[in-house]
This record gives sequence, C-alpha cells and structure tokens, in this order.
Amino acid sequence: MRRTTSTPTLAKTATGILGFDEITGGGLPQGRPTLVCGGPGCGKTLFSLQFLINGANAGERGVFVAFEETEDDLIKNVQSLGYDLRDLLKRKKIAVEYVRVERSEIEETGEYDLEALFIRLDEAIRRVRARRIVIDSVETLFAGLQNQGILRAELRRLFVWLKDRGITAIITGEKGIDTLTRQGLEEYVSDCVIALDHRVSGQISTRRLRIVKYRGTAHGTNEYPFLIDKEGVVVLPITSLQLVHNATNRRISTGLGWLDEMFGGRGYYRASSILISGSAGTAKTTLASQFVDAACLRGERALSFQFEESPSQYLRNMRSTGLRLERWVRSGQLEIHAARPTLYGLEFHLATMHRAVDRFRPSVVVVDPLSAFTGGTLDEVNAMLMRLIDFLKGRNITSLFTHLIPGGPWPAGAIDIGVSSLMDTWIILQNAPPGQNGGRHLSILKSRGMPHSAEERLFELTNRGALAL
Amino acid sequence: MKTGRRKSRQELWILRLYIAGQSARSASALRNLEEVCEEHLAGRYKIEVVDLLKQPQLARGDQIVALPTLVRRLPPPMKKIIGDLSNQERLLVGLDLRRGTRRQGGA
Repeated sequence: MRRTTSTPTLAKTATGILGFDEITGGGLPQGRPTLVCGGPGCGKTLFSLQFLINGANAGERGVFVAFEETEDDLIKNVQSLGYDLRDLLKRKKIAVEYVRVERSEIEETGEYDLEALFIRLDEAIRRVRARRIVIDSVETLFAGLQNQGILRAELRRLFVWLKDRGITAIITGEKGIDTLTRQGLEEYVSDCVIALDHRVSGQISTRRLRIVKYRGTAHGTNEYPFLIDKEGVVVLPITSLQLVHNATNRRISTGLGWLDEMFGGRGYYRASSILISGSAGTAKTTLASQFVDAACLRGERALSFQFEESPSQYLRNMRSTGLRLERWVRSGQLEIHAARPTLYGLEFHLATMHRAVDRFRPSVVVVDPLSAFTGGTLDEVNAMLMRLIDFLKGRNITSLFTHLIPGGPWPAGAIDIGVSSLMDTWIILQNAPPGQNGGRHLSILKSRGMPHSAEERLFELTNRGALAL
Repeated sequence: MKTGRRKSRQELWILRLYIAGQSARSASALRNLEEVCEEHLAGRYKIEVVDLLKQPQLARGDQIVALPTLVRRLPPPMKKIIGDLSNQERLLVGLDLRRGTRRQGGA
C-alpha cells in the first residue's frame, strides 16, 4: 500500500455493520487505530467481531486479540448471529490470539517491557496476512501487571506501532467513572473514538452509539440509536431533518371510492403522511386495511405494523369486514409485523421499522396504532415519529397512522396529540350517537395542498367493508 | 521435614527464560538468574533461553506478554517472574527458594 502525506480525503475501511458505514461516510479510518469504548454489555466485542468477520468475508483478513474471552467463547458469541467463526479460523481468514495474564501467577522484579505481546501480535498478523486487528480489551493488562508506568508507556507504543504498520485497528476500552475508558486510552487515539452506551430506564433498554471524535470527517454530534438483533449490531442512520423531499402531485387511493371522493375524487397524495384518529371501535383499522388492500390490488407492496393484535387475529378480524388480506400475504405483497410496543424502547422500534422498510421496500406503510408508543415523553414520541415520517417520505412511501383517542365522545379539535402537525392529512372518526344504526362519522380535519370535503360523512361497517350511508 | 528437604534437593529445576534479542536487559536477567541458580540450585538446574525474535510462536504456549519472563517449568506449579531479575530477594520469593516462604511439606 502506498502512503501519501497529503491525502485530500481520509481513506476508510468499511465495517460492514449496517448503518455505521453510512453515518461515518465509509467506515473506520483506514490503517489507523480506533477506540471503541463503553460499559459492560454495551456491545463492544460484538461490534469488533463483526468488523473482523465482515472484513474477512470481503477479503480482508483479521486478527482478534482476546484478553477476556477464549476462542471457543468468541465462536459461541457469534454463532447465534449466523456467523461461522470456526470456519473462518480454519480457513485462516481470521486468527484469534488469546492472551491471558494472571496476576497471581506473576512476580515482578525489575525492568521489563511488553515486547512479547508485540511479537505475538506481529506473528498473528503475519500468520493470516491481516489487514484488520481487534484488541479486546488491552486494559485487562492493568489488572494483571503492577507497573503502571511501564504499561502506559507500552500502550502508547502499541498505538504508534499499529499506526506504523498501517493496519486498521479497533482497540476496546471499558468505561471509567468520569472518563471514556478506565485507563484513559482516549488520550492515545487521535483519529477516531466511538462510545457505545446501553441504558435501561423504565424497563426499556436503549442502545446508543456516539462518535466522540473522527478526525478529518464531518460527523453529526448526535447519538445514534443502535440495536443488537439476530444479525448483530445495526446502527440507525438518522437522517437529519431536512425538508428536501420532492413533493409529488401523484395521488393514491384511500381504498374507498366514497372517501376518495372527499379528497377531490383522487385520494391521498403519494408519499404523504396520513393520520386517522378515533375512539375505540370507530373502524380505524378497517380504514387502514382498505388502504393496504387497494395498494396490493394495484400490485404494490404494503408493510403493516400491528401493535395490538397478532397477525392471525388481525387477518381474521379483517375477514369479517370482507377484506381478504391473507392472499396478499401469500403473494408476498403484504408483510405484517406485530409486536408489543411496551416491550421495547422507541429507538428499538424506529430501528426495526427502518430495517423492515429497507428490506421489504413497500410503497405504503401502516402503523396501527400510533398510540401504542408510550415508551417516552411526548417530545420523544414526536421526535421519533418525525424521524420515521422523514425517512418514509425520503423513500417515497405513503404512510398511514392510526391513533386511538381514549374515552367516548369528545369535542372535535380539542385533542391534538402533538403529532398532527407532522401529518399531511388528518381524518377523524367518531361513533354516531345511539339510534343511528351503529354508524360512524368521518370528517377530514385537514389535508395539505388539496381541496377536500368539509362535510361529515356517515358510514357503516359491513361484511363488504366500510360503506357510506 | 528433613525428608521433604532432601527430596527437594534432588529435584531437577527446569527454568526457561524468554527474551527478545541480545539486549542489555536480557543479558542482565540471564546473569542474575545464573547467579541465583549457582548459589541455590547448583548441579540440579537447567536454563533454557528462548529468543522470541527467533521463535515467536513459542510465546503463546506459556502465555508470555512481558520480557524478560522467567518461567519455572519444573518443579510444579508453574511460576512466572517478569523483569530483569535485578531484585534477588523477589526472585527467590518468586521461585519459592527463599527460606520461610517456601512451602515445606510435612508428610
């Protein structure tokens, strides 16, 4: 590899970790050490392993220097994520160098250095011709050896040594009380420092990744939520909130002829956001499902997040209104995701929704109901929704949200859940007063950029769908 | 106690000194070690010097991190002493050769 002193842009090495390469503009600084730090269980080791394994699968071999876990531990750790580390070790794509320092076995007398560690790293790097290395976690040495002065000097030398070899490295560090790492490793790293964090509040766990330092690269000061799911670490690239979506004039059917009529005969704007509010039993889910059904009939794909019912229960209930959504599930046009929102934090939800959307590539998304998100303050919920809507619009996806208004009759307009300003179209549903055949009222509170009916329409729910009366 | 000591007198000591190249520190570690061995283990010790620059793969087996490292391979249990061995007292303690700290089997 040729090295120049005046590279205009910093070369980057892709980690292959979903989202991370996106937020860093390409990955980690190539040929330089990066510090990845955080508390116990924050995901440092997994992050590092994924960096190595993805590298190995893409042709860049790597060395994992393990101070805490044995080769077998590491193999087991990533097995559940579908990574076959054993195979990569066998094919010499990755080498694990397990370093154990047991204080009780060691007596110290006089001067020493850590040259043997350097020799071992060098030997491991040569063995597999590594371009990447992970050292997890070098701070363990401080527990095993007594002479802190020597250790500090040698660690400093280690960082220089790694840089001189031009190897892309991750050094992990355990979070200190007031410092990023217990031993202040951040002092030695000038190029890139990443902090991982795992917080649990109100039984909801949130993981965040923060880019503390990244020389020569513009990076948001934001913390990025990430999750550890069955595919490992996934970072959520939260697009900065810019209203740059190209507004479209194309329209999309609501799924109901009479409702399309209320929007000038042509339905919603494509890539807009729609909110349907109403108290219990006002047919919010049915209206959302008609919209989904219409999309699938047109040959498009729809993604539905159901937070109150299991997919089978949902499908069964919709059958009773004449909507046979199973066929779209079978044809692969409809995907239903069901989860109890209270089990996870908002970030987790946002994360899983992003991923599902990116994987399925739908043209319409339904979130039913929005009110299930209670895992945060109103501000947090709004921020999450704003990001979600922003994300969906950016992909030209039309999104429909339902919102449950608790209680019975309510004065129209009195309830503003705070998210309404994010919505382009807002539909209100109400149960008609008793004696009106169990009908419901529908009115359009707003619909940006289009003429719409101001009247209140009465409709009823039948086994052939929602019919206007 | 007497038999125990006599037995330990007959034991063969195998000591391995890990170094990297011919540094002043390696040389002084070897000199310090030989001195102690001659005084306490005359005629029943063997010192193997392993230069990790020549045999880097040997560092794994004994889990060597620091240099110089002295490993007492025999008699068991295995012990490690790191540094240039300049402090003779600590070297003796580390090797279990110092009277008083040495475990003396009664049986």
